[in-house]
Amino acid sequence: MVMHKMTDGEIILRVEDIHKCYGETEVLKGVSFDVRRGETKVFIGPSGTGKSTLLRCINQLTIPDSGSIWLNDEEVTHAGPLINHFRQKIGMVFQNFNLFDHLTAIGNVEIALIRVKGMSKADARKKALEELGQVGLLDKANAYPAELSGGQAQRLSIARALAMDPEVILFDEPTSSLDPELTREVLEVMKRLARAGMTMLVVTHEMGFALSVANEILFMEHGKIVEKGSPSEIQTSPTFARTRMFLGTFQDD
Amino acid sequence: MIDLQFDFAILLPPLYQGALMTFALILVSAPFGFLNGIGIALGRTYGNWLVSRLCHGYVLFFKGCPLLLLLFIIYFGLPSLGITFTAFTSAVIGFILCNGAYNSEYIRGGIQSVSSGQMTAALSLGMSRVQAIRSIILPQALRKSLPGLSNEFIYLIKYSSLAYMITVVEITGAGNIIAAKYFAFFEIFILIGIFYLALVTVAGRVIASIEKKIAIPGFGGV
Repeated sequence: MVMHKMTDGEIILRVEDIHKCYGETEVLKGVSFDVRRGETKVFIGPSGTGKSTLLRCINQLTIPDSGSIWLNDEEVTHAGPLINHFRQKIGMVFQNFNLFDHLTAIGNVEIALIRVKGMSKADARKKALEELGQVGLLDKANAYPAELSGGQAQRLSIARALAMDPEVILFDEPTSSLDPELTREVLEVMKRLARAGMTMLVVTHEMGFALSVANEILFMEHGKIVEKGSPSEIQTSPTFARTRMFLGTFQDD
Repeated sequence: MIDLQFDFAILLPPLYQGALMTFALILVSAPFGFLNGIGIALGRTYGNWLVSRLCHGYVLFFKGCPLLLLLFIIYFGLPSLGITFTAFTSAVIGFILCNGAYNSEYIRGGIQSVSSGQMTAALSLGMSRVQAIRSIILPQALRKSLPGLSNEFIYLIKYSSLAYMITVVEITGAGNIIAAKYFAFFEIFILIGIFYLALVTVAGRVIASIEKKIAIPGFGGV
């Protein structure tokens, strides 16, 4: 059963003509798209085509050479010190989790609530417990990252991002360092989030996830969005030959 | 035997005074040496080009300058520039400058061993760089640098005796004075040796218990 959400929400994120070079190599060659509230966009494509760089440009962890990013009609690019304000609203989940190794699971979720949002310890704890419950980690609240499985670690990092009540969450290959079983438990959480109306941009090689959850799949190659469409369009329309060929390489086995 | 008892009754009060002075030198120098080390390490790692260079220069200078020479410069040399400190203050300044330079190297190593993803994740949550350094990077870096810092602390205990060379009568100095007076070098210096050994042993125990207390499962080889 394929469940696609409604995508008639207002546009909350605009990405306009993003270019990025690393030395001589042009990684992004003018990428533009709009994101509507509640939408899940999945970026697929061969490795090294700029998908992760694109995500990092959106929250300015990587500064693009040109182009602009807009969140709710406020410019994220060139925000100066205000960037911290935007980053609270743009959550990010990393391939290798990047959990804070010296903090417990609940500490990982609380820290930004206390330090960035200025919440009291009691309020932060309450909120953190809620989020841990969301991702099924209540029983691990006092465990340290090193004591978690990869799947638990990634669910925790999703809880950490969620706790900030972001407008959109960027997932940068969230399951690439997990084995298939752990991948499934992380994807389950992501599917639930998507259905609950979270706005998500996902870079992944999980084609099953892309086809079943995405409102739109964007196929990137050589720093550009080459083709984009809904999963059903991509699977049926003759114009998506390149994307289907790429998908085919995953579906052979 | 009676003579020995009598000796100790005379010897112990000045040694006790000297020991108090040694404690004072260490207890004032160590915290500031620690903070100095953090400051220099942060300046070197996160400062702009100029700050980083200055901090690097600081470390090179104070690692290269013999501590005794440094104390002589501060206590005997600076007055010619019109800058005068008491002997105790001069010793403490020298210790803080030197201790900080070495501490900063351990802390810098700790900072560098924290993976860059920690900063990235902190920034992605909306933390400023300062918040990220304070809440995420330093707590990890300091844990990793603790073995090195504890080494430096133990050095400080021992090189506090150099203060005697600029007239601060700490325990080695006190011992030297009474040893010369009563011609009891062997007994007194052995006694002082035992004092340092006890001090270093206690310090080692305290540091080990701190390490244990702040240990985190799966972090820093615990």
